[in-house]
Amino acid sequence: MAEENALQTQERRTYQAVIGLEFHVHLATRTKMFCGCRVTYGEPPNTHTCPVCLGHPGALPVANERAIELGVMAGLALNCDVSRRAVFARKNYFYPDLPKGYQISQFDEPICLGGHLDVPLGDETVRVGITRLHLEEDAAKNVHVGTSGRMHGSVGSLVDFNRGGTPLMEIVTEPDIPSPEAARATANHLKDILRAIGVSEADMEKGQLRCDANVSIRNPDGSFGTKTELKNMNSFRFVEKGIARELERQQEILESGGRIEQTTLHYDPETDEVHELRSKEFAHDYRYFPEPDLLPLELSGSYVREIGDRMPELPDAMRARFVEHYGLSPYDAAVLIADRGLAAFYEEVAAEADPKQSSNWISGDFRALLNESGTDVGGSRVTPGHMVELIGLVGDGRVSRSAARTVLDEVFKTGDRPAEVVEREGLGSVEADELDGVVDGVISSNPDEAERVRNGDKKVVGFLMGQVMKATRGNADGGRARELLLQKLSS
Amino acid sequence: MEGLLNLTARELSGKIGAGELSVREAAEAANARVEEVEGDLNSFVTTTPELALTRAGRVDERVRNGGVKPWEGVPLVVKDVLSTRGVRTTCGSKILEDFTPLYDASALRSFGESPVMVGKSNMDEFAMGSSTENSAYGPTRNPWDTNRVPGGSSGGSAAAVAAGEGWWALGTDTGGSVRQPAALCGIVGLKPTYGRVSRYGLISFGSSLDCIGPMTRDVRDCALLLQATAGHDPRDSTSANVEVPDYLAGLEDGVEGLRVGVVTELMDERIDAGVREVTSKVAAGLEAAGAEVGEVNLPHAYYALEAYYIIAPAEVSSNLARFDGVRYGLRVPADGVHEMYRKTREAGFGAEAKRRIMLGTYALSSGYYDAYYAQAQKVRTKIIEDFRGAFSRYDVLVSPTSPSVAFEIGAKTDDPLAMYLQDICAVPASLAGVPAISIPGGLSEGLPVGVQLMGDHFTEPMLLRAARAAEQAANFRFSPRP
Repeated sequence: MAEENALQTQERRTYQAVIGLEFHVHLATRTKMFCGCRVTYGEPPNTHTCPVCLGHPGALPVANERAIELGVMAGLALNCDVSRRAVFARKNYFYPDLPKGYQISQFDEPICLGGHLDVPLGDETVRVGITRLHLEEDAAKNVHVGTSGRMHGSVGSLVDFNRGGTPLMEIVTEPDIPSPEAARATANHLKDILRAIGVSEADMEKGQLRCDANVSIRNPDGSFGTKTELKNMNSFRFVEKGIARELERQQEILESGGRIEQTTLHYDPETDEVHELRSKEFAHDYRYFPEPDLLPLELSGSYVREIGDRMPELPDAMRARFVEHYGLSPYDAAVLIADRGLAAFYEEVAAEADPKQSSNWISGDFRALLNESGTDVGGSRVTPGHMVELIGLVGDGRVSRSAARTVLDEVFKTGDRPAEVVEREGLGSVEADELDGVVDGVISSNPDEAERVRNGDKKVVGFLMGQVMKATRGNADGGRARELLLQKLSS
Repeated sequence: MEGLLNLTARELSGKIGAGELSVREAAEAANARVEEVEGDLNSFVTTTPELALTRAGRVDERVRNGGVKPWEGVPLVVKDVLSTRGVRTTCGSKILEDFTPLYDASALRSFGESPVMVGKSNMDEFAMGSSTENSAYGPTRNPWDTNRVPGGSSGGSAAAVAAGEGWWALGTDTGGSVRQPAALCGIVGLKPTYGRVSRYGLISFGSSLDCIGPMTRDVRDCALLLQATAGHDPRDSTSANVEVPDYLAGLEDGVEGLRVGVVTELMDERIDAGVREVTSKVAAGLEAAGAEVGEVNLPHAYYALEAYYIIAPAEVSSNLARFDGVRYGLRVPADGVHEMYRKTREAGFGAEAKRRIMLGTYALSSGYYDAYYAQAQKVRTKIIEDFRGAFSRYDVLVSPTSPSVAFEIGAKTDDPLAMYLQDICAVPASLAGVPAISIPGGLSEGLPVGVQLMGDHFTEPMLLRAARAAEQAANFRFSPRP
């Protein structure tokens, strides 16, 4: 009896998670989806509105061409089929943040269908299916006035329409994400792709990338269990934690013999708990129908091809190319391509300098300088030409590696040419004759240590090197100095 | 001054251009006429006498410098469904009683800064009705017989033009709302090709059907007002990027050789005998003028009304959702937002608006969509095919505009279906998006009868030419009534 129970429990524990994600992405357009108002963040409320995005009587929408282009780009990047014909539809429901009483979205004829995303997860790759991608407008923002900042317990509500009408792309994945970690990696990888091709800034903190999850546990017979929808996971970490917590909750219910109710949940990262949202507000019949104020989008093959041709290289392809073409390690390549500007900078440098050295300098010292000062590549005074010159100086032995770091600091500050800096600051390597004399001097003033090296104790070479560097104020070419020392002490 | 009221808009425009008359004098004459007859007719929700004078003064200044378009100086009546900057726009509804738009409708953009506007004309609430009795601001009366309706929904515009409270008017036509009141008031009314005139600023009823159209004393005025309003508008994605021809150019060229088909399905016993008689006479008049007249079938015309009464309510159920008390218009305070919505819309909308919202909501509901909305769209496609077939053999189709002459106020208010039947002749062209014009063809029972001419998409020049010939054949002379 006891044995049987244990077996059952064990069997129940082979739970398999079924996770599908739904992303809402703010497109990086200058203006809103259906009017000419600017897309802004953090501006005073209701300062970027017009009759169209306020839903005034008689105002009509006009689709933002750039948003359509970005939608096509995202679809291509996610290996989707771009539809020849896409239709905007009205999704009807009442809410104060929805000025027209309907959201213009896409329903049965979205702009893209059926794609996939290869997500790196540890040493493996997980293929996540993309069900569909469609364009729509964002709602405005309800601000609940009162102590909690949420609707419950508030004394009144205000609406800020600045966000209303922001171009939004919804991406729905297949329910084939195997774990919370994979869900997080999927979100992260999607962000990288969207940023790389310039479709979205995809900043979760700014609400430019929002993620909901459909979570269920597969039944023992392999069929899908009842799913719940998890909302409000506003960071990559919370995507993982929220889903993990929800799976745990579902598992507990199933283990205690309960049933999962289909519902919408809200993840609270502070308590690491999920709460049920009032289901009433989500039980809608949206009465979708084709938006009669907009014509169907006709996306010709040549239009799509032209966008594809103009599209920036995707991260996966770029990483592979950096490894192949420049001989970088996958890790070094990933560091460079994480920042498109840095990657472009690198390619310019690597065209004229040693690719490996270029990578070391750029993803190491240069990136550290950028991070410290909070500037990006474009805003820095260091040009690819500077970097090529610097690497050349080191390669020729005219500047030591350590002095070169000082040179880079100075170039970063002043924008002066590295050779000029070397000259001005006296950072040039000690000349060969001079170095020879310095090495001789160090040997004669440290006879004991020199003797030990002669007897094969290589550990002491470091000490002598230090003396050489001290004598030359770091301007000696370390490689040459070491060579000289060993040469002189080998006989 | 009295004499001015007998001029057509073009004649008035000619006198202004020649310096024989100021725009201000014209505006004063219109204001005086409004003062005189408005108490009997109630053509307007809002009259704007001061505004008309101010704007008239501005146009007069520009007339002296030259470069004023021929339509700018002629005082205009604007249906209260078109947004007018700074002038309240109610749509005949209580829910917009105090609503003042921030911008002018695009259709008004060729009138300089703003048109010399006499006022905002009365209408069925949100343009839903055929008698102007569904207005929150009281019914408009027919200048031919004040016990009768002027038709609708542009009944205020029709009555105002018929009574000379302005020389011409803009109406809107979703399923006959320009043509039927024009017919019942003895004036000309044109529903242009869908997309010919920008809808931006037209407060939507049935977005896939709504057209702004001229309501005028004769066909020449109609051509001129169409000229003033037609054209592509980047603010309206459904407005056509099709060149605007000169609508007055070939207007008097006659109908020699034009193929005219009288629509059999719209000449049956549902149409009053007197109306059929006038229609036949006008067709005979076109034949006498050199047209080849025959009979033509629109087999699915019988189903047009049913399809229309699913598609239009479906669209309006969504279009009226924005009137929720949150941002503008009426708000009835209540506990919580859902209760506020309910009370606001309960108090703000009239019975017909509520009926259509319910019909449309039902037709779009999950589980009913395919049986109603999707099916109605298929019927719409059939009707478009009918017209395509008919226009392969005929240039212009002829039918009555309305099945009867003006009926008495209150006669159909308790029977929505009887009221909907007023639209049977008008709705097919609306569903097909083709242009259709109503001209006064004569009298029956002492009241005007409208005859409808329909053309293929963007054939307004030919349609207006045929209408001009029909108008001359009918020999119906306009004079302000009463």
